[in-house]
Amino acid sequence: MSISGWATIAVFLICVIAMTRPLGGYLKRVLEGERHFLAYGLGPIERVFYRLAGVCPREEHSWSQYAFAVLAFKVLCFLAVYALLRLQAQLPLNPTGMSAVAPDLAYNTAMSFVTNTNWQSYSGETTMSHLSQMLALTVQNFVSAAAGIAIAAAVIRGFSRRSAAAIGNFWVDLVRATFYVLLPACVILTLFFVAQGVPQTLLGSVQASTLEGARQTIALGPVASQEAIKMLGTNGGGFFNTNSAHPFENPNALTNFFQMLCIFAIGAGLTNMFGRMVGKEKQGWAIFSAMTALFLVGVSVLYWSEAHANPLLTALGVDPSLGNMEGKEARFGVAASALFATVTTDASCGAVNAMHESFLPLGGMVPLINMMLGEVIFGGVGAGLYGFILFAIIAVFMAGLMVGRTPEYLGKKIESREIKMTMLAVLCLPLVMLGFTAVAVVVKPGLSALSASGPHGFTEALYAYTSAAANNGSAFSGLTANSFWNATLGLGMMIGRFFVIVPVLAIAGAMAAKKVAAPTPGTFPTDNGLFIGLVTGVILIVGGLTFLPALALGPIVEHLEMLHGSAF
Amino acid sequence: MTIMRQMRPALTIFLLLSVLTGLVYPLGMTGLAGLLFPQQAGGSLIRSEGKTVGSVLIGQNFSRPGYFHGRPSATMGSDPADASKTIAAPYNAAASVGSNASPTSRALVERVAAAVAQLKAENPEAVAAGEHIPMDLVTTSASGLDPDISPDAAFFQVRRVAQARRLPESEVHQLVENLIQSPLMGWLGEPHVNVLQLNMALDTLHR
Repeated sequence: MSISGWATIAVFLICVIAMTRPLGGYLKRVLEGERHFLAYGLGPIERVFYRLAGVCPREEHSWSQYAFAVLAFKVLCFLAVYALLRLQAQLPLNPTGMSAVAPDLAYNTAMSFVTNTNWQSYSGETTMSHLSQMLALTVQNFVSAAAGIAIAAAVIRGFSRRSAAAIGNFWVDLVRATFYVLLPACVILTLFFVAQGVPQTLLGSVQASTLEGARQTIALGPVASQEAIKMLGTNGGGFFNTNSAHPFENPNALTNFFQMLCIFAIGAGLTNMFGRMVGKEKQGWAIFSAMTALFLVGVSVLYWSEAHANPLLTALGVDPSLGNMEGKEARFGVAASALFATVTTDASCGAVNAMHESFLPLGGMVPLINMMLGEVIFGGVGAGLYGFILFAIIAVFMAGLMVGRTPEYLGKKIESREIKMTMLAVLCLPLVMLGFTAVAVVVKPGLSALSASGPHGFTEALYAYTSAAANNGSAFSGLTANSFWNATLGLGMMIGRFFVIVPVLAIAGAMAAKKVAAPTPGTFPTDNGLFIGLVTGVILIVGGLTFLPALALGPIVEHLEMLHGSAF
Repeated sequence: MTIMRQMRPALTIFLLLSVLTGLVYPLGMTGLAGLLFPQQAGGSLIRSEGKTVGSVLIGQNFSRPGYFHGRPSATMGSDPADASKTIAAPYNAAASVGSNASPTSRALVERVAAAVAQLKAENPEAVAAGEHIPMDLVTTSASGLDPDISPDAAFFQVRRVAQARRLPESEVHQLVENLIQSPLMGWLGEPHVNVLQLNMALDTLHR
């Protein structure tokens, strides 16, 4: 571990803290329909959208109407992506002559991008036409992220409103998040990335004749425009197979640093928007602090792990000073790779700048745990915040049980229905992660896709379903997805997204309808250190109790085997 | 009832946002990027005597003793003898891939052992001088297209390159020193050397 490595982590955290408040203020103005500078320029276009769509921006939805609008939109998105991928050979903007995407792969990819997972069973540069990259995938990068922000806003309204029947209008939230948050930021980011070396062209590839006289075909495309939204929308689906490790997606340490900031930006900003909307910014900072604590633990363990060289390789006489460099890029080294891997799995981004499969066992366990905890450490845009609120509800419920009082969060009574909905959302993830893994490691089509043997093979399967259910999308990419995996992972992604969204919106609806109780001396405060400690503890205990046995079978036993000098 | 009421907004908003974010945005950015940064937007290509030599960002496969070698690459390509098979094709920039080797896989240990043996055979002087085998020269990069190596990995090869080119060692050493890219502001990123730039500089030095 080096001073510059720790400095990178420290400066990164400082930047995240610095941008949280301004971003939170801006997000609130946008989503609450208040005045902000971009509305002057883009407002007329926004209103044209509503007129054409027959949407009245002042008309709001109940939670069930809101959930229905989300689902209707998602079904349309799924069908459109599937159709575009199946028909890409007949459509324009296909300079390298890509053929139609196979049905199971098209289904998996459509589900993956609609759910903001962006798991890639395909290799971008050998599967997708430019039209598919733009009109199918880039669009989903935008709207799945915008939908996440919209849902988070609706959930927050549930807590900030009193005795209300509605939690907002999905179409308005969706359009505003796209227009005023994602799109303008992406225009600036794209230009920055291009200036740093990320290509943006409609050419498919160029032929080079190398210094040693060999022919090299270099794949190109409209990379930068997709890169920007891929990071900012915590999508993570790369233009190229190797994602942000590819020098064209992430050419240098500076782009790498900005990509990591983009991943956390909106998730961090939403904590502050939450605080502002419920009337006390400190409530947002409490959430922020719990997230930061979990982030720091993760990045420290991962950096420590990867700074050590693989003992099986140093035994061959290789110099250990660079750390574990298998599957990492020289320009990033272990520090920036460890930080990136932590950030991308704290949030539900799933972009990678190093191959997680080649991390040392305990290093690879950190991204896995981050996803198992539900990606509530800043989290996916929107999804991180509403995921965290579920844990906050459990925390106040437990505090209520301890003192024998009806639990309250932000003055709203938490009752049996809310707890049931919370548990439904919290339990569906482990069901997919553990249940699907258990099936995959005993059936033949499941096992045949695994690249590693021994405990690492088990971790590969566990990582895949964990990533799918948590809507992350990063992978232990040795797995060669066949139709069994494409089908089950697609199902896992769907459950992981919609079995959380619907209960969360139901909670928001119930909360909005409640009155706010005035705080009394017996009220459990949710903006102090005790609450931060309690909610962090709840996240770790729920995660730990659920997943420790599986982790013991995978990375932990592999770590011990590695120290013992065994290879598989 | 609600179903019908939500279908029109769903369809219209989907189409409008698709056109905006899937066509206007990427095509507009392509036009703007080509205007403002044509070199980078086109892939940072290097041309020499009318030919495209490669991209400064994409590594190339070097095997001659007179060139510095990059990191091992796990990329594959189709077998020219039998198109249905794939074989190792290092630095295939049309299909990036990492090895995805598990840290405890026997295949990884065997591959690295072979790479160590090859490095020792190619650089007997460096081994005799007691230099350590640099980790990045025996491990594959994440993209398979890593354009860079660590300064130590470059210094390790100086004796071999100098000998093959009949150049004084000090001159080649100095060239490497000149081309080391230091971390930004002293802390952001790792020091590294771009292998293609280094080898092109070597070629001009030779003349």
